[in-house]
Amino acid sequence: MSDQEYTPKSKVGKWFNDRLPLLTLANHLTDYPTPKNLNYWWTFGGILTFCLITQIVTGLVLAMHYIAHADMAFDSVEHIMRDVNYGWLIRYIHANGASMFFLAVYIHIFRSLFYGSYKAPREIIWIIGIIIYLLMMAAAFMGYVLPWGQMSFWGATVITNLFSAIPLVGEGIVTWLWGGYSVDNPTLTRFFTLHYLIPFLILGLVVLHIWALHVPGNNNPVGIDVKKPSKDTVPFHPYIVIKDGFALLMFMIVFAFFVFYTPNILGHADNYIEADPLVTPAHIVPEWYLLPFYAILRSVPDKLLGVVAMLSAIFILAALPWLDTSKIRSAVFRPLYKQFYWILVVDVLILGYVGAMPAEGLYLLIARVATAYYFIHFLIILPVLGYKEKTLPIPLSITGSVLGGSTNFAAAKNKESFTIK
Amino acid sequence: MSDKKTNRRDFLFTATYAVGAVGVGATIWPMIDQMNPDASVKALASTEVDVSTVNPGKTITVLWRGKPVFIRRRTQEEIAEAKSVKLEELKHPEKDEDRAKDPEWLVMLGVCTHLGCVPLDQKGDYNGWFCPCHGSHYDISGRIRKGPAPTNMEIPKYEFVNANTIKIG
Repeated sequence: MSDQEYTPKSKVGKWFNDRLPLLTLANHLTDYPTPKNLNYWWTFGGILTFCLITQIVTGLVLAMHYIAHADMAFDSVEHIMRDVNYGWLIRYIHANGASMFFLAVYIHIFRSLFYGSYKAPREIIWIIGIIIYLLMMAAAFMGYVLPWGQMSFWGATVITNLFSAIPLVGEGIVTWLWGGYSVDNPTLTRFFTLHYLIPFLILGLVVLHIWALHVPGNNNPVGIDVKKPSKDTVPFHPYIVIKDGFALLMFMIVFAFFVFYTPNILGHADNYIEADPLVTPAHIVPEWYLLPFYAILRSVPDKLLGVVAMLSAIFILAALPWLDTSKIRSAVFRPLYKQFYWILVVDVLILGYVGAMPAEGLYLLIARVATAYYFIHFLIILPVLGYKEKTLPIPLSITGSVLGGSTNFAAAKNKESFTIK
Repeated sequence: MSDKKTNRRDFLFTATYAVGAVGVGATIWPMIDQMNPDASVKALASTEVDVSTVNPGKTITVLWRGKPVFIRRRTQEEIAEAKSVKLEELKHPEKDEDRAKDPEWLVMLGVCTHLGCVPLDQKGDYNGWFCPCHGSHYDISGRIRKGPAPTNMEIPKYEFVNANTIKIG
């Protein structure tokens, strides 16, 4: 990095930069050395930034027309859909944008899991990422309450009641969250406030996430450190900008498909019925992106332990850099971990599926097995694997692995290596 | 500094921190407490219900503090069934007499003690209520028999104002 030596060419630029080094920052971001073997799984950071900005902009516009009141919220959303110019479009982008955001974040997280991006020296990047993920879930949940439909109301009731599982103070906390004795107008107004706030907290954390990333630099598909000085890296601009831009366009095609062709497929029909505190919908299901955790909650027959299991399933991720004892980052060189990785992917998909199904009979049994496996993966398999696994020899350098010049390349030769251009 | 354990300046620091902490706490508390139920919510604490039109074997649902309250006029068979259950069979042992002071009338919060859904009337394996959210079964006394709910459905404070009117709250 040549940040220190940078001086703007123009006199005005130099004058400004001496007082606020914004141009130095811009120069750092442009020249930021990026491993040249990054594949398309590395484009989701940029895609996620796009998703965040989209949600903030569409949300800001929706807030100009939405009314956060229990008697008017439902009608104001219908007003947006029917009367407001392009209101239907903006709301569908916002609603489907939440799903797209989670789709991208899950790919981003599973990319880290595959290539060991959470390992030293990137633990802080990873933990900030987990906090962002938690805030995303909070924002998505509260946003889903705002239209004040049946799923909004009962989803809010079920999720806030999770806190009642806390011994002694649980009931008091729930009453405090509600601002009453049930989910009602005070709950709606505070959820709206927090739903408005959280994206800006996420934005701040994204800055920290990228800052922390720019200290060690990107991980890469072979998971070895960049050699300095070497030809292992390319400048962020134009190489990564163009690649990220192309991936973003592909992503936007998927996004647009949902918005224009099936805008309601990821929602629930019940949410087009106004909230009724006397009638619970026959089948309460959270949004698809929360289903695996919902399945874990329901698979435990005890209320408190169910909540503990669900929260542990999320927080266990924060401990991942220390649970995974292997020094090798990339699964490309970990033949056993690679298999367990894919089993985990399938396990989470199964949890998601049974989370959408009624919690009884065979579904409940599957949910219990899948929940147990989820924890076994993180608490037993990963720590043990670091000691037992016979890893493949890693290449000497990124450039070596790219050009096939390394003597170790033959051993590492497989599908992943070929995606490296 | 090392030869004296405390001096006047240490005392001043500690005193300043202590006063500062009290001040910060006193400032934060209103910000937290404003989220608790306000005076207008608390004012709606009781509801009177006319039950003269409820026939035996029927349940009415009324709204109290934003939550449904089930008022069931039980038949003689249902009362007998509720009383015949042995306490050892119950997850949350409560006698039916303690739940329904007048055995004909069962007044309880229609809120599942698992995660707050409204259970369905005359459903489930015990002829009582069934919660569709996560599959809790309640008997005709509203006691939890099967499923994830930890306790029986709650009995609110209520009284008969006269033969036909129940005051809840």
